[in-house]
Amino acid sequence: MRKLFEITTEPLSADQVASRLADPAVGALLAFVGVVRGETDGRSVQYLEYEAYPEMAEQEFGRIGDEIRARWPSIRKVAIVHRVGRLEIGEASVVVVLSAAHRPEVFDACRYAIDRLKEIVPIWKKEVWTEGGAEWRSEQR
Amino acid sequence: MKVQAKFFAAVREAMGADTAAVELPAGATVADFMQHLRAMNPEVAAHLDGVMVAVNRKYVQPEHELHDGDEVALVPPVGGGY
Repeated sequence: MRKLFEITTEPLSADQVASRLADPAVGALLAFVGVVRGETDGRSVQYLEYEAYPEMAEQEFGRIGDEIRARWPSIRKVAIVHRVGRLEIGEASVVVVLSAAHRPEVFDACRYAIDRLKEIVPIWKKEVWTEGGAEWRSEQR
Repeated sequence: MKVQAKFFAAVREAMGADTAAVELPAGATVADFMQHLRAMNPEVAAHLDGVMVAVNRKYVQPEHELHDGDEVALVPPVGGGY
């Protein structure tokens, strides 16, 4: 059984992460996949370089999972896996999967997971531009 | 006392290292640590806006007191867009 909260250098897929939540009581699985976009603010991106503080990032993923289960008790399991290193355009950078017995709350909980991820998890990305140059990006500045 | 500093992203590049052992007087706080870093490497000062500090993997405030052997990580703003 692979970890539910993980920083990895390996390629990601929604199916692979969803398989970590296998459970006969589950009737609904929702996956969010963040992928590398080829353009930001009108600039062409060649590739992204993701970096993490892995021990703390995995711990904060777990905290988000705990927060979700406290807020939406019908959510059974949460998995959050983020890839680091060099990622090409179109590759998956993060996969969040939630499972529940029934459908209603997984959508709200998934949105919450992504919002919290951007607030508290120590992961950074550097955009490397096609025209040359690079910059560490965040949404907070 | 000595703490183990960890640097990431733009701060890591400005420091030219991902870790450093930093010697501080007993009773030093996170704010003292930051002041020490600025003095150690003036170039890093430009990258400290909005930086949070995690001690032993928990976010803390500037007045938090450090202890020998603490792991002190500088966490630049996070939140890469998906």
